[in-house]
Amino acid sequence: MSGDVVKSMSAETQMEEPKATEERPKWDNKVQYLLTCIGFAVGLGNVWRFPYLCQKYGGGAFLIPYLIALVFEGLPLLHLELAIGQRLRTGSIGVWNSISPYLGGVGLASMTVSFLVGLFYNTILAWILWYFFHSFQNPLPWENCPVNVNRTGYITECEKSTPVNYFWYRETLNITPNIETGGSLQWWLVLCLATAWCLVYVCFIRGIETIGKAVYVTATFPYLVLTIFLIRALTLPGASLGLTYLFTPQWETLKNPKVWLDAATQIFFSLSLAFGGLIAFSSYNPQKNDCQRDALIVGCVNSATSIYASIPIFAILGFKATENFNACLGENILALTNAFNIGDQNITVENYDDWFTHLNETEPSLVMDLHLRNCNLQTFLDQSASGTGLAFIVFTEAVIKMPASQVWAVLFFVMLFSLGLSSMFGNLEGVLTPLLDLNLVPKWMPKEVFTGLMCVVSFAVALIFTLGSGNYWLEIFNNYVGSLPLLIIAFFEITAVVFIYGINRFSDDIKWMTGQRPNLYWQATWRVISPLMLLVVFLAYIVVEAGEKPSYSAWNPNYVDFPLADVHAYPEWVYSICVLLSAVPCLLIPLAALYRLAQLLMKYMADRRTPNPYGNDSYVSDL
Amino acid sequence: MFGLLLLLCLPPALGAVDFSDYENGYQVRLSIKTALGDEAYEWNESEMFLFRATIAFAMRQFTKTEAYGIDNIVVRNQTQRVSFWFIVTSPENPAQTVEKETVEKAIRRSRNRINNAFLLTDKTLEFLGIPPTLAAPISPATPPWLIVFGVVIGLVCAGIVALLTSSVVKRRRGNKAKQLPEEEDPAKGTDKGITCEDRNGVYNQGFSDDDRLTQL
Repeated sequence: MSGDVVKSMSAETQMEEPKATEERPKWDNKVQYLLTCIGFAVGLGNVWRFPYLCQKYGGGAFLIPYLIALVFEGLPLLHLELAIGQRLRTGSIGVWNSISPYLGGVGLASMTVSFLVGLFYNTILAWILWYFFHSFQNPLPWENCPVNVNRTGYITECEKSTPVNYFWYRETLNITPNIETGGSLQWWLVLCLATAWCLVYVCFIRGIETIGKAVYVTATFPYLVLTIFLIRALTLPGASLGLTYLFTPQWETLKNPKVWLDAATQIFFSLSLAFGGLIAFSSYNPQKNDCQRDALIVGCVNSATSIYASIPIFAILGFKATENFNACLGENILALTNAFNIGDQNITVENYDDWFTHLNETEPSLVMDLHLRNCNLQTFLDQSASGTGLAFIVFTEAVIKMPASQVWAVLFFVMLFSLGLSSMFGNLEGVLTPLLDLNLVPKWMPKEVFTGLMCVVSFAVALIFTLGSGNYWLEIFNNYVGSLPLLIIAFFEITAVVFIYGINRFSDDIKWMTGQRPNLYWQATWRVISPLMLLVVFLAYIVVEAGEKPSYSAWNPNYVDFPLADVHAYPEWVYSICVLLSAVPCLLIPLAALYRLAQLLMKYMADRRTPNPYGNDSYVSDL
Repeated sequence: MFGLLLLLCLPPALGAVDFSDYENGYQVRLSIKTALGDEAYEWNESEMFLFRATIAFAMRQFTKTEAYGIDNIVVRNQTQRVSFWFIVTSPENPAQTVEKETVEKAIRRSRNRINNAFLLTDKTLEFLGIPPTLAAPISPATPPWLIVFGVVIGLVCAGIVALLTSSVVKRRRGNKAKQLPEEEDPAKGTDKGITCEDRNGVYNQGFSDDDRLTQL
C-alpha cells in the first residue's frame, strides 16, 4: 500500500517539476549500453597481453585453460556484476551499502582502484598519442639513428641498441638509469598527457550521455582496423610462419600450473571485473532488461576479440622475424662476399648454405675470423614481447619494414588509442557514479564542472609518470594496483551476493528482471565454483609473487652489458610503496566495516543515555 | 657456379696481398648488382677507364691544377667482386705516390660526383678507409609532431567549448521555462491541497521504494 502512495506522489512531483532531480540518467538505447560494456572490457590487454600469453604457453593449447577460466570464472562474475547493478540501480558503493552497511568498503575499494588504474592507463594513452603525432613524418623517426654532433657517426646509445629502442627509451621517455633517480618532468610528455586527458574529458563531460555517443566510434573502430591489418598481414612474407608458431599447440605446457594461473588472471583482468565500472553502467539500465544475455554477449565478444586480434599481431611478428633473419643472413653474405671477393650478388639467401659449407671447407680459418652471426629463424620468432614492449618496440619495428609505413603506423596507434579510451570510460564511471550516488557532489556544481575537476586532479597526480623515472612507476602501479586488490574485491563481491544478500533472493530478482530464473550453470558457478576458483587463484598468486624477489629491468646506457636490461631489486622505500598500493584498497574493506560499527556503537550509547521517544530504531540512514 | 669456383682457386683472388706498394693506396669495392638490380652494367675496361678519369678529376678539383691525368691513377688487383686497389702518382714525379690524406680529402670533396658517374651510392661504391659523410639531418623550423598536436588539441578544445556552451544554453532555457509555470503554481497547489513551501520537496532518504530491503 505504501507503494501506491509513493507512486502517486512521484507521479505528481514529476508532473509539476520538468527537471526531475531524482530521475536517473539512462542509455539512449540498448546498443549504446552493450557497446560501452564491450568497449570497457575490450582494451589494450586484448591486443598486447593475450597474444603474448598464447605464444608463451604453447599456442593453441593455451586456449583450453583460457576458455575454462572464461566459463567458470569470467562469465559468472560478469553476470553477477551486471545483474546487481541493474537491480539496485546505484554505483558500486551504493550497491554494497544496500546489501549490507558493513560492506560499503568493497565499493570504496573499487572506487580507489578505478581511480589509481585510470591514472596510469591514461599515461599509456599519452604515449600512444606521442607515437601517433610522430607517425606523420617521412621517414618515421624510429627508423634511423640520429646523427651525432660532429656528423661523423651515429649516437652511441642508438648504435649499441636499435633505433626503435632508442626512440622509445631516450626520445620518448628520456628514461633515468634507475628508479631512485627521479629526473625532471618531460615537457613533451606533459603536453601529450594533457591532450589525452582533454580527449577523455570531451567524451566524459556529461557522463553516460556523451560516453554513449562516443562509444559508437571508439568501440567499433578497433575492429575495422584489426580487419584491415588482418588482410594486410596475411599478404606479408613470413605471415604463415608467425601463425603456425602462434597456434601450434604444445600440450606439455598444460602441466605447468603457472599456465592455469595466468589464464585465470588474464580472463579476470580482461573482463575489467571488480572495477565498479560495469556495476555503474548497468545501473543506468531499465530494470526489466535481460542481463543474462548481456553478460554472455560481452564475455564472448571479449574473448573472441582477443583471439581475433592475435591473428594479425602474430602474422606481423612472423613477418618481422623473417625480415630480421634475412637481414642477419644479408650481413653474413656481405662479409663473405667482401672477404673472398666473390662476385656481387652471387651468394643469395637461397644458396647461402652451399657457399658457406664450401668456403668453410676450403678456408676455415678465414671464415672463423669473420665472426659470422648464427642466424636462427626460431630465435627471432622467440623474441616476443607483451605490453608496451610489443606496441612501441616490436610492432613499430615491423611497421617500418612494411611499404607505406606511415599509414600503418597511424592506423595502429589510432586503434590502440580508441581501445584504451573506451576502457578509460569504465574506469572514470567507476569513480563518478558512486560519488554522484553518495551525494558528495555539491548541488550547485553542474556535472560538467565536476567531471572537469576529476580530470584536472587525475592529470595533476599522473604527472609522476611524466618524470624521467615515470615508466618504472607505471610498471609498479600496473603490477601492484591492477592485480591483487581486484582479486580480493571480486571475492568479497561474490561472497556478499551469494551469502549475505542470499542466492535465492538474487535468483528471484533476476527472474523479475529477465523473466526466467538463472539455470543450474549459474547456480553452480555462483555458489561453489567461482568463489573457490577465486580463492585458489588468489592464494596461488600470493605464493608465486611472494616467492619471487621483486625486481625491475632498467635501461642503463652505462651498463656493462648494454643493451641488455640492467636488472635491479626495488629499494626499500619503493617496495613499501608497492605494498601500500596493494594494501590500501584492500584495507578499506575492513576499515569501512569498523567505521560503521563505531557509528552504531556511538548511536547506541547516545540512545542509552537520553532515550528519545520519537526515535525510530528501524531507520538507519544511508549516509 | 663451377667456373667461379675455379676462379677462386687462383691465388691472387684472396684478400691477403702484399701491401708494401700500397700504403698510400685505397681499396675500392663496388656492388653494382645490389644497387641497380636488373639494370646493372658490366664492369669492363671502359668502366675502369671512367673510374680513373673521375679520380683524376677529383684530384684536379682538389689541387686546383690541371696537372693530373689518367696515367696518374694506377690500379691493381682487380677481382670478380669488383674490388681493386689504386694509388695516385704525382704528376711531376711518376715514381712518387701522393699522400693518403690528400687523396682522401680530394675524394670526399667530389664524392657525390664520383658516385653519380657510376649511378651508385656511398654504400655501394665503397672506398675502404674513407667514411661516408653522413647527411645533415633535416630539422624543419617546427617539428612536425607539434603541428599534429596543435591540430588535435585545437579540435578537442573546440569540442569542449561547444559542449559547455550548449549545456549552459540548455540550463538557461530550462530556468526560463521553470519561471513561467511557477507563477501559476500557487493556484494549482491549493487545488490539490498541497501547501509545502519548498516546491522541490525534500527527498526522504529513509524511504526506499524497494520494501524488500527494509526487512533488514
